[in-house]
Amino acid sequence: MNTMMKVLKYQARDAIRSRWLIAYALFFLVVTDALLRFSGDPVKAQLSLVSIVLFVVPLVAIVFGTVYLYNAREFVELILAQPVDRRQTYCGLYLGLTLPLIVTFVVGLALPFVLNGLDALAWGRLAALLVAGTVLTCVFTAIATSIAVKCEDRLRGLGAAIGVWLLVTIVYDGFVLLVLAVLSDYPLERATLGLMMANPIDIARVGLLLRFDGAAMMGYTGAVFLKFFSGSAGMVVATLALTAWIIAPIAFGVRVFQRKDF
Amino acid sequence: MKRPLLQIMNVCKRFGAMDILRSVDLTVAAGRVLAIVGPNGAGKTTLIKSVLGLTRPDAGRITLMSTDVLGANAYRASIGYMPQIARFPENLTGAELIAMLKDLRGPTALLDTELIDCFGLEQALDKPLRVLSGGTRQKVNAAMAFLFSPELLILDEPTAGLDPLSSSVLKDKILVERGAGKTIMVTSHIMNELEELADDVAFMVDGRLAFSGTLDDLKRVTAQTTMERAVAAMMLRDCAEAA
Repeated sequence: MNTMMKVLKYQARDAIRSRWLIAYALFFLVVTDALLRFSGDPVKAQLSLVSIVLFVVPLVAIVFGTVYLYNAREFVELILAQPVDRRQTYCGLYLGLTLPLIVTFVVGLALPFVLNGLDALAWGRLAALLVAGTVLTCVFTAIATSIAVKCEDRLRGLGAAIGVWLLVTIVYDGFVLLVLAVLSDYPLERATLGLMMANPIDIARVGLLLRFDGAAMMGYTGAVFLKFFSGSAGMVVATLALTAWIIAPIAFGVRVFQRKDF
Repeated sequence: MKRPLLQIMNVCKRFGAMDILRSVDLTVAAGRVLAIVGPNGAGKTTLIKSVLGLTRPDAGRITLMSTDVLGANAYRASIGYMPQIARFPENLTGAELIAMLKDLRGPTALLDTELIDCFGLEQALDKPLRVLSGGTRQKVNAAMAFLFSPELLILDEPTAGLDPLSSSVLKDKILVERGAGKTIMVTSHIMNELEELADDVAFMVDGRLAFSGTLDDLKRVTAQTTMERAVAAMMLRDCAEAA
């Protein structure tokens, strides 16, 4: 077992027992259960959950991740005072934060559906929701980890975390809408596609809505997306873009971490 | 001077516009207790962290048992470090934390659990660290530093927050380890306590090493009879030079 797995093991054990993560699991349990009860239809409940997952998962991953790692500063020093490699330690810290968040999310979201019972269609959509949430968690904890090692000051770090979340959740969409409105005389389907690929939440949103037959709601652009995403090239590009969103912050964080003075 | 265990050569470190370490040269002899003293912000902790590789010096060399430490990892298996602040993951138990250190260090021949026994920590180790008092956490911190019988012990303000009994237990342990040929670097602001322990003294001020030698030398140079008076005299002399 290498250093990464060892760090991961103990950090994950600490994180999964955190009250915040227990609250996170309860949040999805209660919301999912309530949606199921009030709509009486798993597919409707899942459609409502699309927006909730896209909104809440990145926020929790980036804020909890940053705060957790700032609190773990002395723990990181203790680890680095042992005969360990910094790169592996960083990856261990990242995974030790990410896996508990994923487990909590999956249990919280899936349990009410499993207890309720599902048909094949709803199973497929549940799986899509779980995959989207898992990938978004990986992206935003990667950003959180790099912020926590880069910013010495925890208030600035927390500000940066919330700033990144606001940017990709709200500001970016406003920017895209503005571009579309200003350049509405031009054919922008392909450009829009490119803009979507630059934002991990947009990739997840488009992927989910297409699965939910939401393409019908998106008009002509939706048809372009549907064509793009249903082709294998589209899936490859989307997967690559999301992978880049995970790898790039980790690569940046590792570089900073290897030079960091504690 | 006896065989050097640790050699710090010409080590410099800047943080922004501040010179934290200005060309520090220090040789730490094996089997002795070295007290690092000096006013707040003199660079004591930065020096310690440079030895541990937590901080990377801008210039200079550090060797432990004649091997370069900068950029290396394996050498830290011969060091036990007791940090100043004992803040650990809240939801782990002391036992889990110790298990982690064992995992990270790999198989060790013999574990030195004497401090766990002397502090009576067995029961506290099964509780989450967040419910332990500051003093108990500091005891866990100390026990972890001594656990692997390291050649070099680095203790940053080890008795801060400990009651007199525990503090005596810790000091006895330091002397036992010295007797066993281990080398100890210790910082503290309590001179009376260092007087019991220290063979050698390194006095730092403003990132420089202003004095390095035996405790007796320090007393002779300053014409004082106690370590506290001697260090105070050094600090006064330094202020006078600065003025």
